[in-house]
Amino acid sequence: MILSDYRAPGYYCEMTDAAAAAPVRDRLAALSIDALHRRAAAAEAELYNLGITFTVYSDKDAIDRILPFDVIPRVLSAPEWHQIETGVIQRVAALNLLLDDIYHGQRILKDGVLPADLILGHAQFRPEMQGVDLPYGTYVHICGTDIIRDTDGSFLVLEDNARTPSGVSYVIENRHMMLRAFPDLVDGVALRPIDSYGLQLLAALRETAPRHAADPAVVLLSPGSYNSAFFEHVFLAREMGVPLVEGRDLVVEDERVYMRTTSGLAPVDAIYRRINDDFLDPEVFRPDSALGVPGLMRAYRAGNVSLANAVGTGVADDKAVYAYMPRIIRYYLGQDPILPNVETHLCREPEGLAYTLDHLDSLVVKPVGEAGGYGITIGPRASRAELGACRDRLLADPANYISQPCISLSVSPTLVDGHVAPRHVDLRPFAITGAKTWLLPGGLTRVALREGSLIVNSSQGGGSKDTWVLE
Amino acid sequence: MNDTLLARSADALFWLARYVERAEDLARILDVNDTFSRDRTGGQNWLSIVQLHAEEEAFFARHSIASAANVLGFYVVDPTNPSSIASAARAARENARTLRPLISTEMWVQLNMFHTRMAALGPADLAPGRLSPLFAWIKEACQLHTGITEGTFYRDQGWYFYQLGRYLERADQTTRLLDIKYHVLLPDPRDHGSPIDVSQWNALLRSAAGYHAYRRLHATGITPRQVAGFLLLNRRFPRSVYLCVREAELLLAELKARYGLRRGNEAAEQLDGLRALLSGVGIGEILVQGLHEFLDLVQQRLNLLGEALGTGFFGYAPRPAAEPSSPFPVSPSGPPAPVQ
Repeated sequence: MILSDYRAPGYYCEMTDAAAAAPVRDRLAALSIDALHRRAAAAEAELYNLGITFTVYSDKDAIDRILPFDVIPRVLSAPEWHQIETGVIQRVAALNLLLDDIYHGQRILKDGVLPADLILGHAQFRPEMQGVDLPYGTYVHICGTDIIRDTDGSFLVLEDNARTPSGVSYVIENRHMMLRAFPDLVDGVALRPIDSYGLQLLAALRETAPRHAADPAVVLLSPGSYNSAFFEHVFLAREMGVPLVEGRDLVVEDERVYMRTTSGLAPVDAIYRRINDDFLDPEVFRPDSALGVPGLMRAYRAGNVSLANAVGTGVADDKAVYAYMPRIIRYYLGQDPILPNVETHLCREPEGLAYTLDHLDSLVVKPVGEAGGYGITIGPRASRAELGACRDRLLADPANYISQPCISLSVSPTLVDGHVAPRHVDLRPFAITGAKTWLLPGGLTRVALREGSLIVNSSQGGGSKDTWVLE
Repeated sequence: MNDTLLARSADALFWLARYVERAEDLARILDVNDTFSRDRTGGQNWLSIVQLHAEEEAFFARHSIASAANVLGFYVVDPTNPSSIASAARAARENARTLRPLISTEMWVQLNMFHTRMAALGPADLAPGRLSPLFAWIKEACQLHTGITEGTFYRDQGWYFYQLGRYLERADQTTRLLDIKYHVLLPDPRDHGSPIDVSQWNALLRSAAGYHAYRRLHATGITPRQVAGFLLLNRRFPRSVYLCVREAELLLAELKARYGLRRGNEAAEQLDGLRALLSGVGIGEILVQGLHEFLDLVQQRLNLLGEALGTGFFGYAPRPAAEPSSPFPVSPSGPPAPVQ
């Protein structure tokens, strides 16, 4: 029996502590561990054959790796999903209102809710966006909200990803994989389908295209096939049925964007860009960027092309701004946050720094500008020397850090080394916003495959699971 | 919107088809050479493969002698040789990777697996007893690709560029296959007609899968003249140079008309000239003037055609005029392909 020896003391377990997961538990119990292994191996081979890989470059080799896929799904009940869905919609609304305000009247700064220097001095604040009006005020067309669960099972937002969040291709490919490898597990379980992501994304991109375009031409702009997320760019272009372009395929003439085709230049109205702001237009941002399109910002500012996500959203998904999100939600929407934040201490503030230094061994300290799980110090697991180094970094540049209590992330049964054991998971739902916001049911469940590890990032030993939202 | 095709994608489709065709045809050339070498002593047979590709410099930078093992290693599995079958499989796969929004998943998966298996091959897989099955498998993998493409690839503009790449490459490779004849089989006109000659022409026909078709056409026997004529000028044999050029001409005309492409007139003129060259001459005249010289000319014209397609449709900058083209580069001497 797969789960007969499974215990996860001290953590909330997504499978054994959730009543709604009972039907899935029963079906799993009918499988032998050998069968589970065989099917997992077949699924892994299929991922390689399908090329669902990201490429890791060393000095001389390019190695295709798969994102490790765990075959035991993570299950969310309808009420749980309702809280996440409404909570994320609320958060995305607040983020868009915040960005519209920051790049127009800056009311929130004048009212003293957010410190002006935090925003105006931010590396991702783009003065070029000042006064630029966007259709529906949508800046964050695609948002990935990282959510974790505490020991009591309550959801907490860990991070907003409002620039170019990735991972949605794995959500959909994982589901396809599960349906092929475990038809018996899925049979008779009412799952919310996730096949409409491409249609929803295309609809949002068309809605937010410049209004002069009756039938907007949409493209996906990728840094190219050497980018580690290229598979996802391919996936999304396919799902939307739009051209997958690189910077060298585009040209700006008279503040209009065109792509180079076999019959000459063809107009482009909406761009889903998977290139960071810095590389988008060498005329405005990094002059050495060969990935972008010279003149793109001129066309954008003139309202002749739309970009998703908008330029300058990085100022809103910063870990320091994150600490203000409950206040931002109340300020713009007059509502309490449906999904609470993790309690966060801002080291830029004297009391936050003092508290952090006093409780270093029980807190998680994170640099505000980093992504991918880098630069994090987990107090309870750090050595004396590591804590000392962390203290030095904090004192040298306090504004670069926040601290949070160490949350015991929930666990999910995971197939490792011949048995099923608890591993920590998080959840990244994907929200698409055009005129309004839509969430893909479920999202990316990332799992820390190393025993005891809390870091789920794929660059640091993380894998993924299929996420099932039950009807 | 859906009628547009990125210039870069057209280029990549053209090259995807070329690389798969190249892998198949190189397997055919090596297979036939392997068959020949059993009849002869010494290693000059294998050197001719290197000479055929004009790659003596690259080859002898890696190997001291043109032994069977060295030449086969160089052309089948060597990942550092851009002309190897393994490199062609990799390049086809890399082009396919950028083309995934346009091609079918089946096309992609098969090319991905073909590349993975090719990349895993080593010198041990080229041992004499394994060689023939290996070439059979490579040919079959390429034909599988062709079949999947026929049955799944959406036939819009991109399909035309893919087909153009296939026929252009196949025409080029058939001229090379014949050129082995020049290097190996007719060094001395007095050898002509000897028993060994016939068996080798026989093998040549079989390597081009043309043996039975040829037999139906020329029931009386196999002569070098008729075999050369068959591979060059036959109107119905799918690997003949004439048929490939004619197909390409029809494809380009249909592509331009159906999609209203005003560009590519130079390519059309090149094709017109090539077809005229192949229609206006008999095999007897070609042999009198020199088979090698004729093949050389056809290859040069095919190179110019590739360049004309590049400047007409793929966004290549026009090349400065009058630079002579080398007849045998495996990679084009013009602007680089998307993935080399």
